[in-house]
Amino acid sequence: MAAQVLAILIFLAMFILIITEIWERHVITLGCALLTLVLVFGFGMHSMSAIMETLNVGSIFTPQFWYTAGQSGEASSGINWETIVFVAGMMIMVEGMAQVGFFRWLCMRIAKAVKYQVIPIFLTFMILSGFLAMFIDSITVILFLAAVTVELSQMLKFNPVPMILSEIFCANLGGSATMCGDPPNIIIGTSLGYSFSDFITNTGLIAGVSLIAVILYFYLVFHRQLRAQAAAGREAGISVMKPEEAITSKKGFVISCIIFLCAVVLLVTHAQTGLTVSFIGVLIGVVTLIASGKQAPTLLKRIDYKTLLFFIGLFVVVGGLEQTGILQLMAAFIGNISNGNVMLILAIILWLSAIASAFIDNIPFAATMIPIINSLAAAQGVDLSVLAWALAMGTDVGGSATPIGASANVVGIATAAKNGHIIKWGRYCKVMAPATIMVVAISMLMIYWRYL
Amino acid sequence: MKGQLIISIGREFGSGGHEIAQKLADQYKLPLYDHNLLDELAGRNNLDGDVLKEFDEAGRKKLLSRTVRGMNNSPEQNVAQLQFDYLRKKADSGESFVIVGRCSETILKGNTGLISIFVLGDMETKIERIMRLYQKSRKDAEELILEKDRKRKKYHNSHCRIKWGDSRNYDLSINSSRLGIEESVRILSQYIDARRKMQEAQ
Repeated sequence: MAAQVLAILIFLAMFILIITEIWERHVITLGCALLTLVLVFGFGMHSMSAIMETLNVGSIFTPQFWYTAGQSGEASSGINWETIVFVAGMMIMVEGMAQVGFFRWLCMRIAKAVKYQVIPIFLTFMILSGFLAMFIDSITVILFLAAVTVELSQMLKFNPVPMILSEIFCANLGGSATMCGDPPNIIIGTSLGYSFSDFITNTGLIAGVSLIAVILYFYLVFHRQLRAQAAAGREAGISVMKPEEAITSKKGFVISCIIFLCAVVLLVTHAQTGLTVSFIGVLIGVVTLIASGKQAPTLLKRIDYKTLLFFIGLFVVVGGLEQTGILQLMAAFIGNISNGNVMLILAIILWLSAIASAFIDNIPFAATMIPIINSLAAAQGVDLSVLAWALAMGTDVGGSATPIGASANVVGIATAAKNGHIIKWGRYCKVMAPATIMVVAISMLMIYWRYL
Repeated sequence: MKGQLIISIGREFGSGGHEIAQKLADQYKLPLYDHNLLDELAGRNNLDGDVLKEFDEAGRKKLLSRTVRGMNNSPEQNVAQLQFDYLRKKADSGESFVIVGRCSETILKGNTGLISIFVLGDMETKIERIMRLYQKSRKDAEELILEKDRKRKKYHNSHCRIKWGDSRNYDLSINSSRLGIEESVRILSQYIDARRKMQEAQ
């Protein structure tokens, strides 16, 4: 009982501290992880095995960590090293691509391809944002897309805010389509043993349908405003923008493109090849470092270690809740209030995830919910994969509703603000909250239609 | 005018700091920047100045904002950052000016032409001034002073390491209630002139 109370207190303290930003979030999760190890597992449970299970270091040295013939994933308990290793590898690849100017070139090339017409840029950038976010973290996608959008807006004399908001939404939506698109999906996939193709054929389909609806929605909301501003400065822009100038190294650019394509192929086929995402992450990371030659130390320095440490601490704190049985109790509670009604259980998971993710970080939320849906599936006889898709859609899409719901939102808003375009909560939510509700509703209907 | 002169005036609400800044600007024939800095910034970049001013000199609402890789969605923080960048740009261009508030004593620290001043006042004198200028009752004036100063303090301290009003952060702190506005301006002018002489000698 004492261990359970301590685990809950540490978990709540972690969430509150993350919100208040008193310390950086990795410091908070690592500090809370240490408290979990000492107080919950040590003083509360007197269990060395719980500590070992949660640290989960042994899993790295098993063959299944690198290669698995079937669909058997890692155990969900404790630190999910597969996620950490994969994310680290992808970070190196993305840094390599950014360094040679890939993202900037791509954005500018597309703007040029549509002849710098505002409405076509608006539409193609939404699709580009969704597509890139399927494979690359949404922060990087928005970092470059929003910056180029602002640049274009200055040349073509339009307000970049509608475009940036649409790009943010599509980046979050695109992330939901694949296993590697958004951190919650990576954690769900590696914890429950789902492959890239499992995601793309399930959440990917929902995201695809939703993307069409979302493009239509944003077009209806913004097209008048954009059209009115469009005409003025178009001529000036055409001669100024040169996409090829974005490329810092032609050789590096070609190599980066090849590595990116290889990563996509390896991820798409990993269920067939048996290569785990941790293997793919390490491979892609190492190849990028070798290919970047003298730039390798710079790439290594640019890795977002703080996010990796944040993940590690987070997994330990959630492990505390799991080992003490709190999450099983929560699963039982959801089972009880839904009275075994599968439709209701799915609706609760989906909407709870969406609402929670609109206000709190979706990564700790997803990590906490995974053991819960695992228990729910076992106790209520619901198909685990369906619960997993509901959780993925809820956490990935729900974050779009408010300015603080997802990292991409913050980055997009900050990029606009840096150029004087202030996006207030009201202005943001007025457009983004209805879009979020619409996509969560589409997700619910599609889940009911396909799986029940 | 030889050399660059930037006079930064921090002030308590009701102390007459703004009036002192205006008189110094007139005396040295310098432009005065306060909230009009945002108008200028908005005008140059074709932005909505009213939206920017809504968040001028305001502290970040922590529960409604989040930081990701050093970037933040807080309008208050972003407007402050815009102003800071614009101020630095002006200072780097060699322009001379008087600037009221906006953490300028910290943002422009290290600039050889900077003279930073903090104007404070006795509560009783500040209340009388606010009652007269804003046609308020004694109680309302006192509440307004406390509220405005609380906001200025929150804004300043969220961007600067050294606290608002801490004398270690300024070249000179002056209580305007002791000598009145005109005499305070005279004393400050003497100090500014002395500093400029020293600067020219160097």
